Amino acid sequence: MDVELQVTVENLLARYVHAIDDDRLEDWPGFFVDKGRYRITTAENYERGLPLSIIYADSRAMLADRVSALRHANIYEAQRYRHTVSSTLIERIDGNTARATSNFQVVRIMHTGDSMLFAGGRYLDRIRLDGKDSRFEEKIVVLDSCSVDTLLAIPL
Amino acid sequence: MSADPASRAWPSEGLARVPYWIYQDEDVYRREQERIYRGDAWNFLGLEAELPEKGDFKTTFVGEMPVVVTRDESGAIRCFENRCAHRGALLCLADRGNTKEIACVYHNWTYDLRGDLTAVAFRRGVQGKGGMPLDADPESQAPRKFRVEIFCGLIFATLSDKTPVVERYIGPEVAARIRRVMKEPIKILGGYTQVLQSNWKLYFENVKDTYHASLLHLFFSTFRLNRLEQKGGVVVGGEGGSHASFTMMKSDLSGDEYEKAGMRSASGGYALQAPQMLESVDEIGDGVTLQILTVFPGFVLQQIMNSLAVRQVLPKGVGRTELVWTCFGYASDDAKMTELRMKQSNLVGPAGYISLEDGAATGFVQRGAAGASERSSFVEMGGRTVESNESRVTETSVRGLWQQYRRHMDL
Repeated sequence: MDVELQVTVENLLARYVHAIDDDRLEDWPGFFVDKGRYRITTAENYERGLPLSIIYADSRAMLADRVSALRHANIYEAQRYRHTVSSTLIERIDGNTARATSNFQVVRIMHTGDSMLFAGGRYLDRIRLDGKDSRFEEKIVVLDSCSVDTLLAIPL
Repeated sequence: MSADPASRAWPSEGLARVPYWIYQDEDVYRREQERIYRGDAWNFLGLEAELPEKGDFKTTFVGEMPVVVTRDESGAIRCFENRCAHRGALLCLADRGNTKEIACVYHNWTYDLRGDLTAVAFRRGVQGKGGMPLDADPESQAPRKFRVEIFCGLIFATLSDKTPVVERYIGPEVAARIRRVMKEPIKILGGYTQVLQSNWKLYFENVKDTYHASLLHLFFSTFRLNRLEQKGGVVVGGEGGSHASFTMMKSDLSGDEYEKAGMRSASGGYALQAPQMLESVDEIGDGVTLQILTVFPGFVLQQIMNSLAVRQVLPKGVGRTELVWTCFGYASDDAKMTELRMKQSNLVGPAGYISLEDGAATGFVQRGAAGASERSSFVEMGGRTVESNESRVTETSVRGLWQQYRRHMDL
């Protein structure tokens, strides 16, 4: 087992979810390479090979736009997420790249106190390896459920 | 806290008021199932393109009634209740698939693709013992079959034989605005469901409400995609419950009405780092960049730039609604066009830059009016009547919904 690789990838995943859960959304695009791709879709779309996404970005700039829209344009009630990521399987593609598949669950906590299991599924990641500067080249968030409650504002 | 709807009186102001009990009462909800969904409304079931091959089927709902939609051996689209004649179990458990026949898993009663009962397991018993009486007529409890009409590739169904054909039901102007979008064969790009914590009518009003679009959805107005100064209009069709609103591309965007009124949505001042998402193509060729269209009681057709979608509005109880989105392009799209549609799909759905708020806004009304069942909402933008309008600073199509609704419900 490549312990260094495992630590590098799990550290990236941990830093990624903590940034979101701590409302450091401005840091979120920085977890991707410049031309990084990010997609949230459902297992049904993914398995049927359908291209539709719930969120789709093909650059860090598009992710930055998502953050500024959330901060300055979109209206949604105060809420936060708590991510749990586990069971990460890692496969080295070459010296600089690895593929990682993880399970994740997100509890959404509303300002009213209502909490719900908001989302669960898989992260299908392709990662450019560079120690502590490792970044996602691609992150596909595949939701196990076909349905989303109310709205999905904060990224997964 | 519900009363018999017959004992509830609609406010004397008519269509300019909507009483809050209409979103809250269990017996109103039950009456809707009977008089609207199982009554004489046309229910939207999906796109013909979802069932391209003979034997294809999908399951969905007419109000709360589960139904199966099939393409039979002759190529015709059929719809029947998803309920076995025997004990009432669901006939079809899968969301979609392809089959030659449908067998109930409970006791293996079998149906063809038209919903006709073809076989009852051990009907004559086994080795001369058991079985049904000779005069048994299980067909008397057969799943109900719907009258189906395909209009521009959209599947509609009704249990009524009196309802006029779809084009007359929605009126010629709204029909023409369906035709402009469904102008050629389509390709399904995918879908998802959004769960709304509100009564279905609050969502249907929201879609018809042209007044809110640029006030709630700041992404729109900040980027001047849809400001009410832009040229456009609202068309109300049929008995009032169908509508189309649209916005033209070529218009003078130098107005400062929002700034003068000090509107929150005027603040703007931030630019996109990746504006390519908004580079739309005038693929229909009439300069309309945005069209939202509804057919009573549960159909929405959307053209937001090059993002095309249908939405099926399904009631799931007094305070819960499912919105089933199916996004599509044209069969003739090349990879570049599909990519553009995928980028613009960021505008819609539960995470949509311009539709995200709708998921919550309807819930705000459901929650806000929780203690006010005897009070009413105030719907007088653009007057108190129902008519097509060049201005979108109007609630005419919201009043149109209530005009048709009250006729169905006898309220």
